[in-house]
Amino acid sequence: MTFELFIFYLFSAVTLFSAVAVVTVRNPIYSALFLILAFFSSAAIWILLEAEFLGVVLVLVYVGAVMVLFLFVIMMLDIQIDTLKEGFIRYLPVGILVAVAVATEMILVMRSDAFKVDIPDAAPLSVNNTEALGEVLYTEYVFPFEVASVILVVAIIAAIVLTLRRRTGVKKQDPSKQVRTRSEDRVRLVKMKAEKRL
Amino acid sequence: MMESLATFLNGYLPEGVTTLIVIMIKIVAILLPLILAVAYTTFAERKIIGYMQVRMGPNRVGPKGWLQPIADTLKLMFKEIISPTKASTIVFFVAPMLALAPALAAWVVIPFWDGGVLADVNAGLLLILAITSLDVFGIILAGWASNSKYAILSSLRVGAQMVSYEIAMGFALVGVLMAAGSLNLSDIVRAQDGGIQNWFAWPLFGLLLVYFISGVAETNRAPFDVAEGESEIVAGFHVEYSGMAFALFFLAEYASMILISTLTALLFLGGWLSPFGDLLNDVPVLGFILGDGFHWLFIKSFFFLFCYLWFRATFPRYRYDQIMRLGWKILIPVTLVWIFGEGVAIALGWKPWL
Repeated sequence: MTFELFIFYLFSAVTLFSAVAVVTVRNPIYSALFLILAFFSSAAIWILLEAEFLGVVLVLVYVGAVMVLFLFVIMMLDIQIDTLKEGFIRYLPVGILVAVAVATEMILVMRSDAFKVDIPDAAPLSVNNTEALGEVLYTEYVFPFEVASVILVVAIIAAIVLTLRRRTGVKKQDPSKQVRTRSEDRVRLVKMKAEKRL
Repeated sequence: MMESLATFLNGYLPEGVTTLIVIMIKIVAILLPLILAVAYTTFAERKIIGYMQVRMGPNRVGPKGWLQPIADTLKLMFKEIISPTKASTIVFFVAPMLALAPALAAWVVIPFWDGGVLADVNAGLLLILAITSLDVFGIILAGWASNSKYAILSSLRVGAQMVSYEIAMGFALVGVLMAAGSLNLSDIVRAQDGGIQNWFAWPLFGLLLVYFISGVAETNRAPFDVAEGESEIVAGFHVEYSGMAFALFFLAEYASMILISTLTALLFLGGWLSPFGDLLNDVPVLGFILGDGFHWLFIKSFFFLFCYLWFRATFPRYRYDQIMRLGWKILIPVTLVWIFGEGVAIALGWKPWL
């Protein structure tokens, strides 16, 4: 067993273990933490596959940004673990049905012809991963790429507009106004004659 | 030297083990001086701020107080570690490790001199961004696991602040990689070769300011140190931690400070390159010092580290909503405009700006 194979099995084992733990542990915070571990170790596997750009971006976007927001939300909730466990037997048949359906679908997809390709040779090292991706994105796939970014901008604006509400009568500070104040607006220096001694 | 050691070990051990041992030795060679630097940064902070405020600073332990950091470490090591009841003990003790690990792991791609780097990764800059974005977890989890309202309020503040300033930081780095045409840190430094006028600090001056300001905010240092606040949230997210568990947070903060200073020196001030270029390489005796080398990186990063301490002694703290305004409404637009201008300059082929 080579060193790389050893690392591959190590990270795969960690990924599988943490993916199972995400759905089995009771505390939602632990679930989120195991999800982070799963993302992290799959990023390591991608780096082993010489897709270092994708691996790093997975950590940067999902772990560094998305999961932070997830954790924020979960931390703010007041979670009663007892109520989470309620109704386990009641929902069990539906759960099994969904699990079987997903499993069959995945098996059917994995056995289809689309996955029966030979393992390609490793890419030559002359062009690095990041550069190659960038070139393809901005030449061949420039139109879908731009459409995707426009959709994202629309989504950002929509999210902001949905949550933006202006209430009247709130004593809210405006930092830009506060920063722009000058001493002349606040203090008036008055020159007065000294009082005469009596 | 490492090659001869590797060939020597290869005679006795399988190849994988040899690789592992050599990498381990290199890691220790980076981490030991780093931890020592962290210890003496705390000492330098107290001394420098002391002199700025016209007092002596620590001067009792050892000659001129030089053994103070060692005494502090010993004290922290022998203190009792208390874990709060009804708190999640595992997360409580994992959190400080999660805070320290990214601050140390990011050093893997830092080039100390030409070729003096542990892992010469293609996407080194991205790797640094990804690793430093993990810093925030240690703090958020510490706040949650402490089962204390002060700690969780502080960790929410810090979390929002760090996520916001990461964006400005990332955009500043985009400007650097556009100018250098590479994500590899050694290549970025080599792109600034040829003396002080070729450093990226001049054409990218705005980005240098944005990067360093976001770096200060990212490490929760004054004037952005809202993680702590004696009057509102006591000691912040580490209020429940004692002894070594607290020391790890302390270590993480200073290690990230040194990391940000070194990165600023590498990206904008030409890292290990001498400000004189190759002009003075042939000067007898002094040519060795005036030429390129690790000492230049040390001096440059020390300057930025000094700025950290200088800021702390000089500026009053920001209010929280003003921190957010600075990050989102000032720093990010500045970087966007700067990157646009830089893109136009590159597209038109204006070389003299570089």
